[in-house]
Amino acid sequence: MSDLIKVTIDGITVDVAPGTSILNAARQIGGEIVPPAMCYYSKLEGSGGKCRTCLVKVSKGSEKDPRPMPKLVASCRTGVMDGMEVQNITSPEVVEARKGVVEMLLINHPLDCPVCDQAGECHLQDLGYEHGLSSTRYEFERRTFDRIDIGDKIQLHMTRCILCYRCVFTADQITNQRVHGVLGRGDAAEISTYIEKAIDNDFSGNVIDVCPVGALTDKTFRFKNRVWFTKPVDAHRDCPTCSGKVTLWYKGEDVIRVTARKDQFGEVEEFICNTCRFDQKKTSDWVIEGPRAISNQSVISSNHYDTLKPLPVIKTNLQLQQSNKDQFERATKL
Amino acid sequence: MARKLLLEHINVPGINTLEVYRQQGGYRAVEKALKTLTPDEVVEEVKKSGLRGRGGAGFPTGMKWSFLAKPEGVERYLVCNADESEPGTFKDRYLMTYIPHALIEGMIVASFALGAKTSYIYVRGEMMPQIRILEKAIAEAKNAGFLGKNILGTGYDLELYVQPGGGAYICGEETALIESLEGKRGNPRIKPPFPAIAGLYNCPTVVNNVESIAAIVPIINDGGDEYAKVGIGRSTGTKLISAGGNLNKPGVYEIELGLPVEEFIYSDEYCGGIANGKRLKAVVAGGSSVPILPANLILKTLNGESRLMSYESLADGGFATGTMMGSGGFIAFDEDQCIVRNTWNFTRFYHHESCGQCSPCREGTGWMEKVLHRLEYGHGKLSDMDLLVDVSKKIEGNTICPLGDAAAWPVASAIRHFRDEFEWHVTNPQEAVQRNYGLAHYADPLPPVGEPA
Repeated sequence: MSDLIKVTIDGITVDVAPGTSILNAARQIGGEIVPPAMCYYSKLEGSGGKCRTCLVKVSKGSEKDPRPMPKLVASCRTGVMDGMEVQNITSPEVVEARKGVVEMLLINHPLDCPVCDQAGECHLQDLGYEHGLSSTRYEFERRTFDRIDIGDKIQLHMTRCILCYRCVFTADQITNQRVHGVLGRGDAAEISTYIEKAIDNDFSGNVIDVCPVGALTDKTFRFKNRVWFTKPVDAHRDCPTCSGKVTLWYKGEDVIRVTARKDQFGEVEEFICNTCRFDQKKTSDWVIEGPRAISNQSVISSNHYDTLKPLPVIKTNLQLQQSNKDQFERATKL
Repeated sequence: MARKLLLEHINVPGINTLEVYRQQGGYRAVEKALKTLTPDEVVEEVKKSGLRGRGGAGFPTGMKWSFLAKPEGVERYLVCNADESEPGTFKDRYLMTYIPHALIEGMIVASFALGAKTSYIYVRGEMMPQIRILEKAIAEAKNAGFLGKNILGTGYDLELYVQPGGGAYICGEETALIESLEGKRGNPRIKPPFPAIAGLYNCPTVVNNVESIAAIVPIINDGGDEYAKVGIGRSTGTKLISAGGNLNKPGVYEIELGLPVEEFIYSDEYCGGIANGKRLKAVVAGGSSVPILPANLILKTLNGESRLMSYESLADGGFATGTMMGSGGFIAFDEDQCIVRNTWNFTRFYHHESCGQCSPCREGTGWMEKVLHRLEYGHGKLSDMDLLVDVSKKIEGNTICPLGDAAAWPVASAIRHFRDEFEWHVTNPQEAVQRNYGLAHYADPLPPVGEPA
């Protein structure tokens, strides 16, 4: 097609539609050159630009105006131009800046991963592992907050929050009543509901899924299990309010958690309603589709499929049995 | 006496009223612009004048105006940024308090040039007296037919509103100001799009500083070419400098750009020297955000030339040995001042004022403040200086708005020029809490160029 424009990221050229952001162009290429994003969420309008982890260097502005951009730019909010050349992991400057941002993000983060429900599927954990230092240079007290219950199903643990604003955009855009936002300024800023008023909406549970860290957690799942001991299975049901397409997280024969389906960038495919998320926790409520594909890099994919002692849910589902066998073969081959 | 363009009639009694202001030739610019010039001609005059934004960045005002998108059928807005809250800067407040009509006259001409039918003056919330003064002045101007429908029978309509802010430093950043004006939380927007394309209510918007807008009046009265003759090089016209700190005569002075810094500090026409017969130690030349310079570097550039009050001369030497014009908040420190304490104080301000939107500034400003607090109270380590420089580098340039840079520069420059004072705070913690480091070698003549400094 002629109206596609060319952009080169770390030496890899890709054709994208005009108006695409650098980050989305990089995601079309995929692999290691995709800048990490803590605050950008493609399904939330206006998100991005805040966390600064996706900073990249534009070494050539465009074919028409080849001047480089003077500063590093947030790739999630910068549109591509024809002939643009972008450096991400090939630029030492970008890597250095990203390391700095990760360090800043971790300054006021409690690093309580051992007791955090998000551990294992936490973006900050991945980011810290990839770019961060093994020790901190910050020697002062970290900011702390009391835990707040937002309604009876969601708990807000502000201490862990990195103020990505994703949940604010979610509450703004997929619910019709705005009851939560950011109060305070600087490092005293906090996500809050007005006088701790409960977010009372069918879709409020999605703030848990969009949270990149463990600041918003599902109270029906809190401290039930570590995610890497659970087993994700795609399922659907006929739901009157949402698409009903979810991932069930099994432990033994119990569904201990229901979430929306997340893609490789940690973004949900479709937002789901609170009924599906919090109330439907029996296998009989759902039609099982098959195991959820989880990246081999993820800790969640370890110890999943055990043919010797299969989980009860596998015994009754042919598809799962087959996947189990495939997985087992692959694992034993390695 | 140097030429005065803005504060020429400041000492005339009752200049804050429309009547006296008109007797002194006020509102001539409105009559001239609306009756004899087209909007494009006004923009052309401002371009010719070489006027540079007086809010800090020094971007040419005429150029900024010509970038304004002018789509058909879409409102355009002019917003005056009177959210002056930089530590050390108080020139706009002075102007608004004593000659409010100069601002209103400039607003009318500038709105006419940009084709804005509604204009706003966004005033910092703490400046309640100035808000009342401006509202009274607007009512006077409206009664006299300079505002409202069909101004002076030319068919041009303009409504002017004063909007009090909530008192946040960040709302002086133009996109945060626009957000705040729209009634939202004052978080800076991510650019692009720039306000000239999509600003207030998603319409093309120009945001100018109070002093820039007031400077339109002499430009239109005398012509852009005449204005460009004042000043030096690309720094044209006059600038209000709010001088503070340990000076004999602190206050707001109108200077012709190009005045030597030495003359500004020591001549009796201006600051009249350092108070109490002390010696000058350091100067922050343009409000707390710009790099601090020791006495020897502020009076002479590294090449041995005398440093002038102009955009170029102050920036001579880049960040290594220069500083910036900024918003004209001139703070002088005498030999009894502690640079560590002052740097901590500035950082405390930026920590408090950071909006918390992007991570490097939100977390970094607090970190720097804590490290500097530790240094000031004698618990520092020698590695802290390198840590501070490193943290300031991680903030600088990686944030959405310039507040990150503004927080990083004073710290980086203080350590660059006053490192031995910081080190003394670490090595002599007992002494450091009891007495100040003193002048040391900071006023010594600079080594001649060529020798290692």
